[in-house]
Amino acid sequence: MHNKTTGRFSTWILRAYIALVLVFVFSPLLASMVFSFNSDRFPSLPLGEFTTHWYKAVWNNDAVPEALRNSVIVSLCSAVLGTFIGFCTAYTDYRYQFRGKALYLGLALLPPTIPLVIMGLAMLAWLSRAGLSGTLFAIIIAHTVMCAPFAMALIRLRLQQIDPNLEAAAWNLGASEWRTMRSVIIPFTRPSIIAALCLTAAVSFDEFAVAWFVSGLNKTVPVVILEILQGNVDPQINAIGTFVFIISITLVVITQLIVMKQNKGHRHGR
Amino acid sequence: MPITDGRSSRLYAHLWRWPMPVWQLLFFLVPLCFMVLMSFWLVKNYRMEPAFVTANWEKMFSRGYFWNAYWRTLGLAGLTTLIATLLAFPAAYALSFKVSETVRRWIIFLLIIPFFTSFLVRIYAWQVILAESGVINAGLATLGIGPFTMLNTAFGTIIGYLTLTLPLVVILQTMSLSQVDRSLIEAAWNLGSSRVRTIATVILPLAKTGLIIGAVFCFILAFGDFVSPYYLGGSKPPTLSILIIDTTKSGQQWPRAAVVAITMIVTLLTVAFAAVALAYRSRVRR
Repeated sequence: MHNKTTGRFSTWILRAYIALVLVFVFSPLLASMVFSFNSDRFPSLPLGEFTTHWYKAVWNNDAVPEALRNSVIVSLCSAVLGTFIGFCTAYTDYRYQFRGKALYLGLALLPPTIPLVIMGLAMLAWLSRAGLSGTLFAIIIAHTVMCAPFAMALIRLRLQQIDPNLEAAAWNLGASEWRTMRSVIIPFTRPSIIAALCLTAAVSFDEFAVAWFVSGLNKTVPVVILEILQGNVDPQINAIGTFVFIISITLVVITQLIVMKQNKGHRHGR
Repeated sequence: MPITDGRSSRLYAHLWRWPMPVWQLLFFLVPLCFMVLMSFWLVKNYRMEPAFVTANWEKMFSRGYFWNAYWRTLGLAGLTTLIATLLAFPAAYALSFKVSETVRRWIIFLLIIPFFTSFLVRIYAWQVILAESGVINAGLATLGIGPFTMLNTAFGTIIGYLTLTLPLVVILQTMSLSQVDRSLIEAAWNLGSSRVRTIATVILPLAKTGLIIGAVFCFILAFGDFVSPYYLGGSKPPTLSILIIDTTKSGQQWPRAAVVAITMIVTLLTVAFAAVALAYRSRVRR
């Protein structure tokens, strides 16, 4: 074995390195939160005074309430549609074998690999042909495309844990496929369905590139941020960002808690 | 098989099977194909007209600024992939072998958080941190160093790319390193292999596929991102993604933007396939 002291030393170096990576990842988030309460327009060190001015500015910004309303509508609709499509795909993959299944799954999982700018351009061109560009429908359609793969992955993982005999047992007891779906599959996958709803809502709530391309005058919150960013330095972004962060993180934490509980329940069930 | 007649069972199967392909064909595959078609259309008086001309392709491919943007984007994304892979590895190694499973799970949870926070807000925060009179330079000034120009440089762009990609690369590398069979590592140690040599000859080859997949995702994300080069890199000279936005938003030159987009997709596919082939080949040889 290795020399104990150098081993322990390198262990601590490596642990410190993890901390350093976390610092890099979280410093912009923390900075934005701190700056949102900082009086300077061009924040630097030392910090200026504590203020809630930027939050008041956001509160009085006419673009924000409408954008928030749009964002909520879009993320709710895309979450529901994306999770529905994701569930169908995950169940099909779990239950059926058929020709061309690899292609089928490829199509299901492809969207996240296409750069957002390209998605935006393709969506804009296609949806404006269909007369939909500039509407909330356009954003919902595009976000559903992007959300479905995430929902599928989450629900598929849960279906992996189901006892395959369970469905067969229900059938043998005379339950129809629909009845089995309603009283076996859906209750079993419910935690992952809720998790998928939260996750996809968060994905949609933060997406700005495609939304920016197709939204026209119906802006969502991230599109408003993008447009403020294109103008001058404006600490309102920090205030909006902190607010959006709290919403998204709540959704993610709920997802995480559900997934953890689901895993624990599964382990106990065995 | 369930006790139902065949027709109802087929109906049941099809109802679950079709929502995804219908939606993804209509709103994903068809838009992408339409974009390819559109790249052969004409723009007259700010309106697109169906046609079949190669003028857009010739125009873009004969322009110096297009190729400058192309190599610049490829170079920046490639460099970012290299940096992210190297920076992530010690962290992933430590997460896989030097901390308890609970700690690992929590840190991975922490690394997932950024994906659900606004990337724009984080980039804006970097603007403030990296600015000429920003936090870093103010800190360095107290030590009597600087100021350094970090904003509107390639350095700024790469910081932005890393903000986007580093957490993902660490997570993917950790997932692949954690699956390396520990008994093989201990065997190498027992046979007197040094720590560095164990990493190079045992851990790296076993985790290669996962490491390459992490790098591919990093490349895809960096190659397509427009926010970092725009707001931290100063947008000039442009990257391909900025070129798409400029061409689309000003002057309605959608067909030319489509040319850029298709070139990007072809490049990404080439890189992805080459990388997967590399990962797969090494596996077979072993």
